[in-house]
Amino acid sequence: MNVRTHTYGSIAFVERNFALVKRYIGWEAVFLSYNVVNALAIGLIGATMGKEMVMYLVVGAMVWGFLSILFHEISESIAWERWEGTIEYTFMAPVSRFVHLIGNCMWAVVYGVIRSSLILVIVVLFFGISLSGANLPALLVILVVSGLSFVGLGLIAAVLPLLSTEKGAYATHIMEAGLLLISGVYYEIEVLPVWIRPLSYLSPATYTLRSMRAALLDGAGFGELMPVILLLLVAGVLLIPVGMLVFSRAEYYAKKKGKLKRSG
Amino acid sequence: MEAVKCEGLVKTFGKNGRKISAVNRISFTVSRKEIFGIVGPNGSGKSTLIRILSTLLIPDAGTARVFGYDVVREYGSVRRLINRVSVDAAFFKGISAWENLRYAARLYGLGKKDAKERSLDILGRLGFAEKRVYEPLEDLSRGMQQKVAIARAFFTAPMLLLLDEPTTGLDPRSKMDVQNYVRESMNNSSNDLTIILTTHDMKEAEVLCDRVAIIIDGRFVTLGSPSQLRAEYAKSALEDVFLDVTGREWKEIEDEC
Repeated sequence: MNVRTHTYGSIAFVERNFALVKRYIGWEAVFLSYNVVNALAIGLIGATMGKEMVMYLVVGAMVWGFLSILFHEISESIAWERWEGTIEYTFMAPVSRFVHLIGNCMWAVVYGVIRSSLILVIVVLFFGISLSGANLPALLVILVVSGLSFVGLGLIAAVLPLLSTEKGAYATHIMEAGLLLISGVYYEIEVLPVWIRPLSYLSPATYTLRSMRAALLDGAGFGELMPVILLLLVAGVLLIPVGMLVFSRAEYYAKKKGKLKRSG
Repeated sequence: MEAVKCEGLVKTFGKNGRKISAVNRISFTVSRKEIFGIVGPNGSGKSTLIRILSTLLIPDAGTARVFGYDVVREYGSVRRLINRVSVDAAFFKGISAWENLRYAARLYGLGKKDAKERSLDILGRLGFAEKRVYEPLEDLSRGMQQKVAIARAFFTAPMLLLLDEPTTGLDPRSKMDVQNYVRESMNNSSNDLTIILTTHDMKEAEVLCDRVAIIIDGRFVTLGSPSQLRAEYAKSALEDVFLDVTGREWKEIEDEC
């Protein structure tokens, strides 16, 4: 296997997903509209509580939008292949699982950044928000490093539809909902019941949201944010190989138990 | 070196608390440039065997080698040499035939231009109109989808092609197009191609295959060239051999009960 084969292999997944988005562009418009309206509605709820709360809640909606796109695109790419029955063809192709999954992750990041940026622009224009005091470079760095963790979590979640098409998809959504609850997306984690709070500290999204709010609302500098950035980086660097390992073990199990086939 | 060498292959699945033996101590070899047919009733183990050779299923016991590479331990090397057509023509149905083929081409390290030339050539020979390549797969008939699946498998120039009931459910014309293309490819001296073909169609097996194995309950019950099998069972057609062999097996099962 040479570099060309690896590159083509990764491009295959980006190109294929782009073709699918193009084909279902109507649904893309529907989901984007829904996400925009959702972010605006959440912002408006904040407006009833004071101007600061608008940004607080909008950051939650934005960050959650981005992270959930990453999580979904990676885990659902496997679910989609299971539904279509193409997973056997992808798995028997001469590309390593690393190239396969990295290709899907590359697409998820590009797609997530484009969609989240569109929503951000619309929200900023709608509320007339000024970002002059925000530390935008730090925002970008936090987004990238926290994206790594969610790629890792997405890889772990992708195991579920790999092993069971329908039940796996249910479980993926439950996992995502759990992250939404514990990560302080729309509230401080201190309002959670005491017994849930330890879980909040395990979620990378908790740190992403805190640091994003600090960079956007308080204009926190790199020095102040560095411990969290490093923490998120370490979490990502650990979670991606863990995700790959879990996925490869699940693939072995699926091949042993004959779970990849759709029919025949 | 043989193209395929299987020794004592076993694969068992658990279903509702009982064990089903899908492949039961199968051993066989396939020579390079041979078309090896596997025929058998539904659920006899044909597709399980194909999946093991495709590196998609890990056998419980025994070994399977493709051009000397073990399908479990050296699956990466095996994958570079094989491709497969299955009965269900699995694709991303919402996107076009070309977008599906381009995706497959990338996975096999083929450039876009090369992939387009090769796939259009194959599809043309299968009687597939070029303009329809750009239509969503879901708008194409089952026969046309299967022709795209044939193109997807052939355009990567595999050394071992696993054709798992490639003509099941096709109309007579499409079936003939596919069979002619397979024959043409084998007759092309520049191709280094070996085929394992599973089918329900005895005439197809008789016409295309150099040797045929009849599989029942995960075991090869007979194996030979179509003419050898006809002679051995004193039948004029392979279909009669199949009925004879499977009938005998059913009687044995009834006796055991």
